[in-house]
Amino acid sequence: MMYLGLMLGLIFCCFLCLYRIFRGPTAPDRAVAVDILGIIVVGFCAILVIFTGRSFLMDIAIAWTLQSYIAVLALAKYLEGKHFDE
Amino acid sequence: MMNELIGYFFVITGIAFDIFGCIGLVRLPDVYNRLQASTKAVTLGTCGILFGVFVMNGFTAVGVKALLAIFFILLTAPTAAHALSRAAHKTGVKLWKKSVIDTYEQGEGQ
Repeated sequence: MMYLGLMLGLIFCCFLCLYRIFRGPTAPDRAVAVDILGIIVVGFCAILVIFTGRSFLMDIAIAWTLQSYIAVLALAKYLEGKHFDE
Repeated sequence: MMNELIGYFFVITGIAFDIFGCIGLVRLPDVYNRLQASTKAVTLGTCGILFGVFVMNGFTAVGVKALLAIFFILLTAPTAAHALSRAAHKTGVKLWKKSVIDTYEQGEGQ
Protein backbone atom coordinates (compact mmCIF):
# COMPACT_ATOMS: atom_id res chain seq x y z
CA MET A 1 0.00 0.00 0.00
CA MET A 2 2.80 2.34 0.98
CA TYR A 3 4.75 1.21 -2.09
CA LEU A 4 1.81 1.97 -4.38
CA GLY A 5 1.27 5.44 -2.89
CA LEU A 6 4.91 6.49 -3.17
CA MET A 7 5.21 5.19 -6.73
CA LEU A 8 1.96 6.93 -7.76
CA GLY A 9 3.31 10.23 -6.38
CA LEU A 10 6.45 9.97 -8.50
CA ILE A 11 4.50 8.82 -11.58
CA PHE A 12 2.29 11.91 -11.18
CA CYS A 13 5.48 14.04 -11.21
CA CYS A 14 6.61 12.28 -14.39
CA PHE A 15 3.30 12.99 -16.12
CA LEU A 16 3.55 16.70 -15.20
CA CYS A 17 7.04 16.78 -16.74
CA LEU A 18 5.77 14.99 -19.87
CA TYR A 19 2.99 17.58 -20.14
CA ARG A 20 5.61 20.33 -20.14
CA ILE A 21 7.70 18.48 -22.75
CA PHE A 22 4.58 18.12 -24.90
CA ARG A 23 3.27 21.68 -24.53
CA GLY A 24 6.44 23.74 -23.92
CA PRO A 25 6.41 26.77 -26.18
CA THR A 26 10.18 27.01 -26.65
CA ALA A 27 13.06 24.53 -26.82
CA PRO A 28 14.59 25.54 -23.42
CA ASP A 29 11.26 24.68 -21.74
CA ARG A 30 11.56 21.14 -23.03
CA ALA A 31 15.20 20.93 -21.97
CA VAL A 32 14.27 22.01 -18.42
CA ALA A 33 11.58 19.32 -18.27
CA VAL A 34 14.07 16.65 -19.45
CA ASP A 35 16.49 17.75 -16.70
CA ILE A 36 13.78 17.45 -14.03
CA LEU A 37 12.72 14.04 -15.38
CA GLY A 38 16.31 12.83 -15.03
CA ILE A 39 16.41 13.86 -11.35
CA ILE A 40 13.05 12.16 -10.67
CA VAL A 41 14.32 8.84 -12.10
CA VAL A 42 16.98 8.85 -9.34
CA GLY A 43 14.13 9.06 -6.82
CA PHE A 44 12.47 6.05 -8.51
CA CYS A 45 15.68 4.06 -8.09
CA ALA A 46 15.88 4.99 -4.39
CA ILE A 47 12.29 3.89 -3.72
CA LEU A 48 12.90 0.60 -5.55
CA VAL A 49 15.93 0.05 -3.30
CA ILE A 50 13.70 0.43 -0.21
CA PHE A 51 11.01 -2.00 -1.33
CA THR A 52 12.95 -4.63 -3.32
CA GLY A 53 16.28 -4.60 -1.46
CA ARG A 54 18.35 -4.91 -4.66
CA SER A 55 21.45 -2.84 -3.92
CA PHE A 56 22.60 -2.52 -7.55
CA LEU A 57 19.77 -0.04 -8.17
CA MET A 58 21.73 2.52 -6.13
CA ASP A 59 24.64 2.18 -8.58
CA ILE A 60 22.17 2.86 -11.39
CA ALA A 61 21.02 6.00 -9.52
CA ILE A 62 24.57 7.39 -9.27
CA ALA A 63 25.31 6.63 -12.93
CA TRP A 64 21.98 8.15 -13.99
CA THR A 65 22.79 11.39 -12.13
CA LEU A 66 26.10 11.86 -13.94
CA GLN A 67 24.72 10.82 -17.33
CA SER A 68 21.76 13.17 -17.04
CA TYR A 69 24.14 16.01 -16.10
CA ILE A 70 26.27 15.43 -19.19
CA ALA A 71 23.20 15.16 -21.43
CA VAL A 72 21.76 18.45 -20.16
CA LEU A 73 25.11 20.25 -20.56
CA ALA A 74 25.28 19.01 -24.17
CA LEU A 75 21.70 20.19 -24.76
CA ALA A 76 22.54 23.62 -23.34
CA LYS A 77 25.62 23.94 -25.55
CA TYR A 78 23.56 22.85 -28.55
CA LEU A 79 20.85 25.42 -27.81
CA GLU A 80 23.49 28.11 -27.44
CA GLY A 81 24.79 27.31 -30.92
CA LYS A 82 28.35 26.43 -29.89
CA HIS A 83 30.51 23.40 -30.59
CA PHE A 84 30.91 20.84 -27.85
CA ASP A 85 34.65 21.31 -27.36
CA GLU A 86 34.38 25.04 -26.75
CA MET B 1 11.83 0.29 13.84
CA MET B 2 12.58 3.89 14.81
CA ASN B 3 15.03 4.15 11.89
CA GLU B 4 12.34 2.99 9.48
CA LEU B 5 9.82 5.56 10.77
CA ILE B 6 12.32 8.43 10.42
CA GLY B 7 13.34 7.15 6.99
CA TYR B 8 9.73 7.02 5.77
CA PHE B 9 9.23 10.56 7.10
CA PHE B 10 12.14 11.80 4.94
CA VAL B 11 10.91 9.84 1.90
CA ILE B 12 7.35 11.19 2.11
CA THR B 13 8.60 14.76 2.62
CA GLY B 14 10.86 14.35 -0.40
CA ILE B 15 8.02 13.12 -2.62
CA ALA B 16 5.87 16.07 -1.50
CA PHE B 17 8.68 18.45 -2.54
CA ASP B 18 8.95 16.64 -5.90
CA ILE B 19 5.22 17.07 -6.54
CA PHE B 20 5.34 20.78 -5.60
CA GLY B 21 8.31 21.33 -7.91
CA CYS B 22 6.56 19.64 -10.83
CA ILE B 23 3.38 21.67 -10.22
CA GLY B 24 5.62 24.75 -10.42
CA LEU B 25 7.03 23.42 -13.69
CA VAL B 26 3.53 23.26 -15.14
CA ARG B 27 1.94 26.39 -13.63
CA LEU B 28 4.56 29.16 -13.84
CA PRO B 29 4.57 31.52 -16.83
CA ASP B 30 8.18 31.74 -17.98
CA VAL B 31 11.26 29.57 -18.69
CA TYR B 32 13.28 31.22 -15.93
CA ASN B 33 10.49 31.00 -13.34
CA ARG B 34 9.90 27.34 -14.19
CA LEU B 35 13.62 26.64 -13.96
CA GLN B 36 14.13 28.20 -10.55
CA ALA B 37 11.00 26.66 -9.01
CA SER B 38 11.39 23.13 -10.32
CA THR B 39 15.17 22.76 -10.04
CA LYS B 40 15.41 23.80 -6.40
CA ALA B 41 12.33 21.92 -5.18
CA VAL B 42 13.02 18.70 -7.09
CA THR B 43 16.69 18.66 -6.05
CA LEU B 44 15.73 18.99 -2.38
CA GLY B 45 12.99 16.37 -2.76
CA THR B 46 15.20 13.76 -4.38
CA CYS B 47 17.93 14.41 -1.81
CA GLY B 48 15.25 13.82 0.86
CA ILE B 49 14.33 10.43 -0.65
CA LEU B 50 18.00 9.39 -0.80
CA PHE B 51 18.58 10.59 2.77
CA GLY B 52 15.61 8.46 3.84
CA VAL B 53 17.29 5.44 2.25
CA PHE B 54 20.48 6.32 4.15
CA VAL B 55 18.60 6.58 7.47
CA MET B 56 16.92 3.20 6.91
CA ASN B 57 20.11 1.35 5.96
CA GLY B 58 22.77 3.07 8.09
CA PHE B 59 26.43 2.93 7.13
CA THR B 60 26.10 -0.13 4.88
CA ALA B 61 27.03 -0.22 1.19
CA VAL B 62 23.58 0.99 0.11
CA GLY B 63 23.52 3.84 2.65
CA VAL B 64 26.94 5.16 1.73
CA LYS B 65 26.03 4.97 -1.97
CA ALA B 66 22.91 7.01 -1.18
CA LEU B 67 25.09 9.68 0.47
CA LEU B 68 27.34 9.66 -2.62
CA ALA B 69 24.30 10.13 -4.87
CA ILE B 70 23.18 13.10 -2.70
CA PHE B 71 26.65 14.62 -3.13
CA PHE B 72 26.55 14.20 -6.91
CA ILE B 73 23.02 15.61 -7.22
CA LEU B 74 23.89 18.66 -5.12
CA LEU B 75 26.97 19.17 -7.30
CA THR B 76 25.42 18.68 -10.75
CA ALA B 77 21.82 19.95 -10.63
CA PRO B 78 22.58 23.68 -10.05
CA THR B 79 25.33 23.61 -12.69
CA ALA B 80 23.00 22.12 -15.29
CA ALA B 81 20.28 24.63 -14.42
CA HIS B 82 22.72 27.53 -14.74
CA ALA B 83 23.90 26.32 -18.16
CA LEU B 84 20.30 25.91 -19.33
CA SER B 85 19.22 29.38 -18.21
CA ARG B 86 22.30 30.92 -19.85
CA ALA B 87 21.53 29.10 -23.09
CA ALA B 88 17.88 30.21 -22.93
CA HIS B 89 18.93 33.83 -22.44
CA LYS B 90 21.43 33.71 -25.29
CA THR B 91 18.94 32.20 -27.71
CA GLY B 92 16.68 35.17 -27.03
CA VAL B 93 13.82 33.68 -24.98
CA LYS B 94 11.88 36.67 -23.66
CA LEU B 95 11.18 37.22 -19.99
CA TRP B 96 7.60 37.23 -18.73
CA LYS B 97 6.00 40.59 -19.45
CA LYS B 98 5.54 41.40 -15.74
CA SER B 99 9.22 40.78 -14.88
CA VAL B 100 10.78 44.00 -13.58
CA ILE B 101 14.56 43.69 -14.08
CA ASP B 102 17.06 41.75 -16.20
CA THR B 103 20.52 42.29 -14.75
CA TYR B 104 22.17 39.79 -17.13
CA GLU B 105 21.11 41.94 -20.07
CA GLN B 106 22.43 45.10 -18.40
CA GLY B 107 25.77 43.55 -17.45
CA GLU B 108 26.44 42.15 -20.90
CA GLY B 109 27.20 45.52 -22.45
CA GLN B 110 30.24 46.13 -20.26
